[in-house]
Amino acid sequence: MAHFGPTRRSLLQGTLASTALGLTGFPARAEPQWKKYAGTTIEANLIKGPRGELLQKYASEFTDLTGIKVESEVIPEQQQRQKAVIELTSGKPSFDVIHVSYHVQKRQFEKAGWLADLSAFMKDPNLTAPDLTVDDFSAGGLQFARNDKGEMHSLPWSVDYFILYWNKELFAKKGVALPKTFDEMAVAAEKLNDPANGIYGFTGRGLRNANMTLWTNFFLNYGGEFLDDKGNILTDGPEAIEATKMYQRLLTKTAPPGVAGFNWMESMASLTQGRAAMWIDGVGWAPPIEDPNASRVVGKIGYALVPAGPKGHYSAAYGDGIGVPQASTNKEAAYLYCQWAVSKTMGARLLQSGGGVPFRNSVLNDDAVRKGVKMPPEWLDSVIGSARISKLGLPVIVPVAEFRDLVGAAVTATLSGADPATELKKAHEQFRPILERSEKS
Amino acid sequence: MAGPAEVTAGAKGEPQREWRPPSYWPFVLPALIVVLAVIIFPWAYTIWMSLHEWKVGSPTTFVGLANYIRLPGDARFVESVWHTLVYTALSVALPLLFGTLAAVVFHARFPMRGFLRGLFILPMMATPVAIALVWTMMFHPQLGILNYLLSLVGLPPQLWVFHPATVIPSLVMVETWQWTPLVMLIVLGGLAAIPSEPYESALIDGATRWQIFRYISLPLIMPFLFIAAMIRMIDAVKSFDIIFAITQGGPGSASETINLYLYSVAFVYYDVGYASAIVVVFFALIVALAGALLHLRQRTHWNDAGGAA
Repeated sequence: MAHFGPTRRSLLQGTLASTALGLTGFPARAEPQWKKYAGTTIEANLIKGPRGELLQKYASEFTDLTGIKVESEVIPEQQQRQKAVIELTSGKPSFDVIHVSYHVQKRQFEKAGWLADLSAFMKDPNLTAPDLTVDDFSAGGLQFARNDKGEMHSLPWSVDYFILYWNKELFAKKGVALPKTFDEMAVAAEKLNDPANGIYGFTGRGLRNANMTLWTNFFLNYGGEFLDDKGNILTDGPEAIEATKMYQRLLTKTAPPGVAGFNWMESMASLTQGRAAMWIDGVGWAPPIEDPNASRVVGKIGYALVPAGPKGHYSAAYGDGIGVPQASTNKEAAYLYCQWAVSKTMGARLLQSGGGVPFRNSVLNDDAVRKGVKMPPEWLDSVIGSARISKLGLPVIVPVAEFRDLVGAAVTATLSGADPATELKKAHEQFRPILERSEKS
Repeated sequence: MAGPAEVTAGAKGEPQREWRPPSYWPFVLPALIVVLAVIIFPWAYTIWMSLHEWKVGSPTTFVGLANYIRLPGDARFVESVWHTLVYTALSVALPLLFGTLAAVVFHARFPMRGFLRGLFILPMMATPVAIALVWTMMFHPQLGILNYLLSLVGLPPQLWVFHPATVIPSLVMVETWQWTPLVMLIVLGGLAAIPSEPYESALIDGATRWQIFRYISLPLIMPFLFIAAMIRMIDAVKSFDIIFAITQGGPGSASETINLYLYSVAFVYYDVGYASAIVVVFFALIVALAGALLHLRQRTHWNDAGGAA
């Protein structure tokens, strides 16, 4: 799998190209006909969370711009995914815009052909603003949004990298330095661990399924690849076993009791109550951590890259997109909404509020946007640093949910002392036939 | 049917023919249609789906009994059956035990009885999901109140729902807390229906409290206990909300009952065909359990009759 995120070279090329354009006085493309679909009403189906709520909050700006009315429905993640799949299967979805979780749904949606091809719309100057071009999206975003034929069936919207949150106060108290590798991290966690005072070296997701998003950070850094060339799953190989041993070591020796049942919420509670020294999770949790009403560690938390492993240095990435169902009768109006959702203005708001990271380089690299970020500068550095070393955090297959459940259960079992190799092998014996069946159908 | 007509005919002396519809079945039709539409059709359709490889988003193919053949080899399913049986057994037995005790206590007359009874049945009226969220907080190993209470009496902290070995008993605790009042209400009704004479003669004969309970109250409230057990059993087997909201079947799959697994297969993996097969087996299991309970009831009745004779 390729790395993605803005590299220094692509950044430089982009800047040079835009300067050159400005110098030659190349005529700017006209603005699209925003008002052409005025009076239409579209329905948007969004996931509850900072991203969906941002769109809902500013929807009136979109209506002012286009005259298109938006009725948005914001539902919790699990239920939204179910609703989307059931309605799309019915052939008559109630929505014209759909919030897609790439890391779970990419392959399922592509195989079923549920989303409309937006490639032609993107080339139409009447529909697309001149600054929205395919190459403005980071490589990872395109990897998520493009299908095998290179068509765009959705617009990449927001990416979630995993980073290391660390409590500077606890580190200083014990004289421990910020770890750069997983081995250093385990040693640091053991030094910081102080159960007698209710303080633990590390916290993180142990709950089945949820834990896979954390585990893959270990797996990728121990040299793991999800699939081989033939599409066979590889997550029970030697890399996976070594990665699981490290995960097991951190979460059994230096984590709060009961971590096997922790999702991000319980883990975050440990960190914000000052009871955990380190936590690895998505970048989106900085706002609650820096909120004095919800956190006891405001200003004490450092943000860093996930430690490197023996075989590389990666950050697992998960992404959201926004698309239009093939069955929608308001495709153009819905496309305008998607375009607005990933626009520079909305992308800047997303980044500045700390709710997510836009896939568009023109947003991330804009100094004015960066200055408006309300989170600590270290947070932004960790985001940009993670973008450089990010890799897809889950295999691109249809049965992602089964994968997360089965392998996740194996990983959770190691927290009550089970042997990593045995558990992973057992989980894969169950998972392989499921994967084969899904590829066959 | 003809009985009353003949009587009137006999009384009047000459046969008088009333108009009768040729048959009554048209009157049954509306009910029949409703039953067909809401009970029989979904059932037939579920069985039909269970015979197909039916994945949401892909075309369906007929596979015969393949989905059923997959079941015994599916470790997660087999495990979930055990979890369901253990969970059900515990959450029938404990509420029955505590409910009967509570009923005996609340049957006696003491001041403020009505008020305390009302207080006692409050858990039953709360929404399971809200209860689940409150209990999740109380179970928290570091911040929860349960471990604090244990520490007050000098016991070591427990992991409750966060450890595979204690998760099912902890969940049963919530279930027991919520449903003991229901059993109490049913048994209380039973106790109220017992006449006072047997108690009076037992007192005169010098029976102890335990003997009175064991040989008079218990046999007489047995039918009520069976009804309570039946209701609890059906509720516990299909319990979903409390488990889902507290553990989602975890840690690992240690509290995954058939119902939770079924939910995952149908609505997370979208494998509708296989899920339908699980539903059919699950239904058979519920019928079998209910049948066993009914059979037990018949037998105890027969024994009672035999004992009396």
